[in-house]
Amino acid sequence: MREKILTIIEKNSRIDIGELAVLLGIEEIDVVNEMAAMKDEGIICGYHTLIDWDKTEIDKVSALIEVRVTPKRGQGYESIAERIYKYPEVNAVYLISGAYDLLVTLEGKSLKEVSKFVSDKLATLDSVLSTATHFILKKYKDHGTIMTKKYEDKRELITP
Amino acid sequence: MRNPLADKVVNIKPSGIRKFFDIVSEMKDVVSLGVGEPDFDTPWHIRDEGIYSLEKGRTFYTSNAGLKELKTEICNYLKRKMNLSYDADREVVVTVGGSEAIDISLRAMINPGEEVLIPQPSYVSYEPCAILADAVPVIIELKAENEFRLTKDELLAHITDKTKVLILPFPNNPTGGIMERGDLEAIAEVIVEKDIFVISDEIYSELTYNGERHVSIAELPGMWERTIVINGFSKAYAMTGWRLGYACGPVSIIEEMIKIHQFAIMCAPTTSQYAAVAALRDGDEDVAEMREAYNQRRRYLMHAFREMELDCFEPFGAFYVFPCIRAFGMTSEAFATRFLAEEKVAVVPGTAFGDCGEGFLRISYAYSLDNLKIAIDRLGAFVERLREEK
Repeated sequence: MREKILTIIEKNSRIDIGELAVLLGIEEIDVVNEMAAMKDEGIICGYHTLIDWDKTEIDKVSALIEVRVTPKRGQGYESIAERIYKYPEVNAVYLISGAYDLLVTLEGKSLKEVSKFVSDKLATLDSVLSTATHFILKKYKDHGTIMTKKYEDKRELITP
Repeated sequence: MRNPLADKVVNIKPSGIRKFFDIVSEMKDVVSLGVGEPDFDTPWHIRDEGIYSLEKGRTFYTSNAGLKELKTEICNYLKRKMNLSYDADREVVVTVGGSEAIDISLRAMINPGEEVLIPQPSYVSYEPCAILADAVPVIIELKAENEFRLTKDELLAHITDKTKVLILPFPNNPTGGIMERGDLEAIAEVIVEKDIFVISDEIYSELTYNGERHVSIAELPGMWERTIVINGFSKAYAMTGWRLGYACGPVSIIEEMIKIHQFAIMCAPTTSQYAAVAALRDGDEDVAEMREAYNQRRRYLMHAFREMELDCFEPFGAFYVFPCIRAFGMTSEAFATRFLAEEKVAVVPGTAFGDCGEGFLRISYAYSLDNLKIAIDRLGAFVERLREEK
């Protein structure tokens, strides 16, 4: 049941609990309990809104930054990851397999702001060996949602 | 000039759906619940396989009965899902949709004047195809109180010494009704005893919501040798436009069906056949996801009907609900026409699927929940208004 609840709310976190119960064919109280339990267990960590900032007047720049680091003895990557994720402008920090170690995503108002953050804050950290910054030019699809096109029903109106 | 037409064809009634379609297509901003095909796009990996086959230049005919690779996957699939065994080389024909399979199976099996039993409400093609095959269609009217299942008594009451074939359309379009193992066992006994054959249209076999897998009548003792199983890719894999289905059965019948197929059609579309191989190999998860989405919508509609006190048996198959509107003292067509005019929602009158569909509407839930909600709000308002009028 958990998987089904999570699959639905991952796509639509605003769904009404009563409706969720109807869709899954279970009692409302069971949904409430299950959701509360998953919150307690830290499975449900938060609810976000998917925004296409490009359609607003607000300037936003997103970037992916590959970071190569030297892990600290006895702490591995934890302490360096923590030093990075504590910056509020950092959206996400992932430990990655492959050519580099950490993938950092962040948002800023302008290219300049993001570049400044990378050169002043990130690159100067002791354990950081190198960084490579990739600016996102266009979001085609985000969180499983296609941003560039609206759904259009291409079917005939009535078919047998 | 002489009359260029064949009476047999001229005398076939035009589809009831066509008439309604003409009204709907004249209107603007209609919310439709009238479509008999999935709202999902064909999963990308399947489309990709079709594109790849074109890039590789696989643009020629396949063998008449279909690509060997595809026939093998079809046999694996039927074995895996329903424990049905067929020989890929001799007991399978790949067709242009399930529709062609219905047509050629009837044509291969019927001599002029033999009777074909057609349970209704059901898909619009059976009766015309039977007529075109020179059969005498005999309609069995299914009943709401049986959840539109075919019962042993109903079957017995319609069998004569001319009865040759029973068409078994479950999971059912338009009612959403299904036949479970016990239901099938009851009629299989009669079928074997009376020595008739079955064309089992199982195109919706992947879409059942009773918590158990679909059971094919061909699985039952004594039935494999007298059943043509029809299935396809349209509903399970959202591949309606690819026009691909298949029929499986004893070699004696399939061989003759292939004869008709090879002269009338040559072979099913090559690109679609390559794509279908991918569907059968790696499509189980796609099907499960779509099934879950349909099931959620089905529950939503049943809940909404209960709230507005609209009478409807709970259907466990396909993607249709079939509510009863007799309480409003209107015909299905009058109800659907007024609902369309006043609320701009298109549903299909039950009568489009046989006279015994009178008093019912076919509502498709091959639509997004958002779309269904808009339509259901309007249905609620409409039903309320009708009740006030009375």
